[in-house]
Amino acid sequence: MKLHEIAHGRTGDKGTTSNISIIAYRPENWPLIESEVTADRVAAIFGPDVDVTRYMLPQLFALNFVVKNALMGGVTRSVALDAHGKGLVYAVLDMRL
Amino acid sequence: MKTLRIGTGAGFAGDRIRPAVDLARNGALDYLVFECLAERTIALAQLDRLNDPAAGYDKRLDQRMRAVLPDCHRHGTRIITNMGAANPLEAARRTAEIAAELGLKLRVAAVVGDDVLDRIGPCILDETGCPASDLGDRLVSANAYLGAEGIVKALARKADIVICGRVADPSLFVAPMIHEFGWALDDHDLIGRGTVVGHLMECGAQVTGGYFADPGVKDVPNLATVGYPIAEVAEDGTAIITKLAGTGGLVSRETCIEQLLYELHDPAQYFQPDVVANFSGVDFSEIGPDRVAVTGGTGAPATGRLKVSVGARDGWIGQGEISYAGPGAVARARLAGEITTERLGHIANQIEDMRVDIIGLDAILPTDAFAPEPRDVRLRIAARCTDTEVARAVADEVEGLYLSGPAGGGGVATTVREVIGIRSTYLPAAEVSTCVHMFGEAG
Repeated sequence: MKLHEIAHGRTGDKGTTSNISIIAYRPENWPLIESEVTADRVAAIFGPDVDVTRYMLPQLFALNFVVKNALMGGVTRSVALDAHGKGLVYAVLDMRL
Repeated sequence: MKTLRIGTGAGFAGDRIRPAVDLARNGALDYLVFECLAERTIALAQLDRLNDPAAGYDKRLDQRMRAVLPDCHRHGTRIITNMGAANPLEAARRTAEIAAELGLKLRVAAVVGDDVLDRIGPCILDETGCPASDLGDRLVSANAYLGAEGIVKALARKADIVICGRVADPSLFVAPMIHEFGWALDDHDLIGRGTVVGHLMECGAQVTGGYFADPGVKDVPNLATVGYPIAEVAEDGTAIITKLAGTGGLVSRETCIEQLLYELHDPAQYFQPDVVANFSGVDFSEIGPDRVAVTGGTGAPATGRLKVSVGARDGWIGQGEISYAGPGAVARARLAGEITTERLGHIANQIEDMRVDIIGLDAILPTDAFAPEPRDVRLRIAARCTDTEVARAVADEVEGLYLSGPAGGGGVATTVREVIGIRSTYLPAAEVSTCVHMFGEAG
């Protein structure tokens, strides 16, 4: 199963840091998401340069990942197509559980 | 208990105008807030102002004001906006002129004080660890994120329209709460709760079903006519997020949670000039169709230092794209990227940063070796260079692929644009004072 089937989320940006929310649609899937969608697994998606911190908001069945160095050069100077990294949440939602 | 109705009329400079008109006409609003200033916008506006002292404010100010002023005047809805960008004084003067042309008696306030370019030199930049003065003549702008205080002063002076430059986005919404409810500036829990509401509202349709639809898993009704949000704020800072009946979109627990976490780092510490808001106990409940109640925000004293965005000229980005389709499309795009990189070898030392992507394969997300090969792809090469001629050479190399590159390349597009980079630093809040100037006439 892909995470996309049981969770949704959105990416935000500040400088070179991206934040990615992962929110369970249904409370019964929260324990699985909480145990499997770890900071290490998210870091593995984005490669060796990033530094990931995970915050939990259990009453919202939500995780917030702060991914430092996800946006190389920063939004305003980046040569990336999606300089804001708006689509990055879908790399996490693509995770197999 | 008194309830304040605040609407969002724009969540970014390019936002649609019609939904704001709907809110002004039918929203029974006390306040309509237009947030139009992204990180880089103010630096670009400063460049405009250097060319023309009467410019430097939002280019769509006239259009937006003309569209909403008659209805706002009729219903007594006050307007708060950061459309002043690099020139709030001129924006306020112009707005007063528009009101007069429309035959409307309105008092317009400009809030100034965010421009700190004159004292930013010694401040150490987060990104470089060096003082801002090292940027030399590349330095374009330095703007502190002001809090709600200047806007509150303007509202106390009976401004119908308040125009600012750089103000923290949630503060645009917290200011009318402070003014109307008489909240003390040191009541951190109330200001924190108001900040939660401001944060939910600041991106407009992002809380009413915009930026949310994902067919099959997250469906949104009538997205084409998505309405902008309304917050019904109570005196204790709790609120209901809703939208106009008859507009498209969706206000649900899910849309609110996505927006709450948008651009958030540690939920317990959302740093603002007015407060350090704590979102970790925030909760939402659906109390009716497109009506979501927000509770649980708190706050702690602000840090006493203001974030400053420093804008600087940062060279040029040259970019070119070309498409390949059908069998072997990816291999041909890869070959095109390789030969272009080889041909740029003689100027590689003048390129600061370069990316070679294949759109359709790996341009946005990290590569997935198991993904099926797409039927058509687009090679994209982008390079940041200090010299505009080098940036142009990069774009030209992609264009040259037409006759001299791999088979079947088509649809070339090239651009060269100047880069205005934004860096961050901080100033003690005590060193930044705000000032209010009034224009127009009392109604």
